Amino acid sequence: MLAKRIIPCLDIKDGQTVKGVNFVNLQQAGDPVALGKAYSEQGADELVYLDITASHEGRKTFTALVSRIAAEINIPFTVGGGINELADVDSLLNAGADKVSINSAALRRPGLIDEIAQHFGSQVCVVAIDARKTEAGWRCYLNGGRLETDRTLFEWAKEANERGAGEILFTSMNHDGVKKGFANEALNQLASELTIPLIASGGAGEIEHFRDAFTIGHADAALAASVFHFGQIHIDRLKEYLKLENITIRQ
Amino acid sequence: MQVAIVKYNAGNTCSVVNALHRCGVDAVLTDDAEVLQSADKVIFPGQGEARTTMSYLREHKLDEVIRGLCQPVLGICIGMQLLCKHSEEEDTDCIGVFDVDVLRFCPNLHEYKVPQMGWNTITNTSTGLFKGFNKPEFVYFVHSFYVPLCTDTIATTEYVQPYSSALHRNNFYATQFHPEKSGAVGERIIRNFLDL
Repeated sequence: MLAKRIIPCLDIKDGQTVKGVNFVNLQQAGDPVALGKAYSEQGADELVYLDITASHEGRKTFTALVSRIAAEINIPFTVGGGINELADVDSLLNAGADKVSINSAALRRPGLIDEIAQHFGSQVCVVAIDARKTEAGWRCYLNGGRLETDRTLFEWAKEANERGAGEILFTSMNHDGVKKGFANEALNQLASELTIPLIASGGAGEIEHFRDAFTIGHADAALAASVFHFGQIHIDRLKEYLKLENITIRQ
Repeated sequence: MQVAIVKYNAGNTCSVVNALHRCGVDAVLTDDAEVLQSADKVIFPGQGEARTTMSYLREHKLDEVIRGLCQPVLGICIGMQLLCKHSEEEDTDCIGVFDVDVLRFCPNLHEYKVPQMGWNTITNTSTGLFKGFNKPEFVYFVHSFYVPLCTDTIATTEYVQPYSSALHRNNFYATQFHPEKSGAVGERIIRNFLDL
């Protein structure tokens, strides 16, 4: 059976991991390649590297980093952050990334999804959606959650699916950083409406939260950052637990 | 050992170069018939769509070169599908090393998303490609089309229904999954192939 995936997410600035990382026995915690390898050895199924550098110089550093990751890491990885046009996708895939994640650029110009799917195949195109539940329902946000749009989560996710996205990565801004669990109700609705895999993001605090994202939210994968970076949850132990809960995972 | 990787218009061929490098082998990425024919091993990798890749191979006469290879050849993902007879993807005639047709996943349950993306198990493995494999192992898949079980099947995976996750005929081997992205298990398969 196809396994549910566990995906650590690393934020990168100027070629280094950003969030304080408390990783036992890792000399170079700031080195994204060393950290990615450590996660891979713990049993991570995929990695996501998000470039939060804004400058042009930083972009070049990131592309060079992607080449190093591709050379050294033997599991799939997605890169995202600052991808605005086909040329950005081309250079990151050429550097060895397996998939690219697009967010604000797709909301501003949805045709970018069609272009990526046509040129490189749906499987490389992850559409990331940051959404917040407001009184008016789930609204999508631009620019790392700073700018509200009039697009709603469910219609945008469906449109992205139809345009040729290969996966949807949904981050609930209400749940992100709170560590009280993923947005399982919204995930469940997305999973029932989409025909492509769904990655849950935002809210992981305990191992049970991952189980719930899979059993209640019906997500295909769950992504988290700080619980892994600070050693609160070890991926190998998380997977032991999920296995006991009868969830298909890779060990 | 000289390992040649078929260079054509498919994506992600560099990850195979990287994977071989991690196994201590410097491979050459080439579309030169003579280099392909004289290599000790040939890998036919890739991600992509059947019709455009197949017409590129025909234009460059690489379909005939590949069909005529005598050393161990490993097709990966679209490489495996192109080694079959025909693909339902854009109704494409393929190279025809394996006497079997490639079909589209038609799930009867919403739980089955297409493409299948992620880690699934291979079972009933045989031949030297899976030397040392004695239990189901997880490997990484990304695909919307599949090869049904047939006489050339050397590994089985279940998604929607049981299907061929690897094939073998004479000197030709092929995997639907990506050994170059399948962690330590994938590296064992690549090393086994290099040892054939």
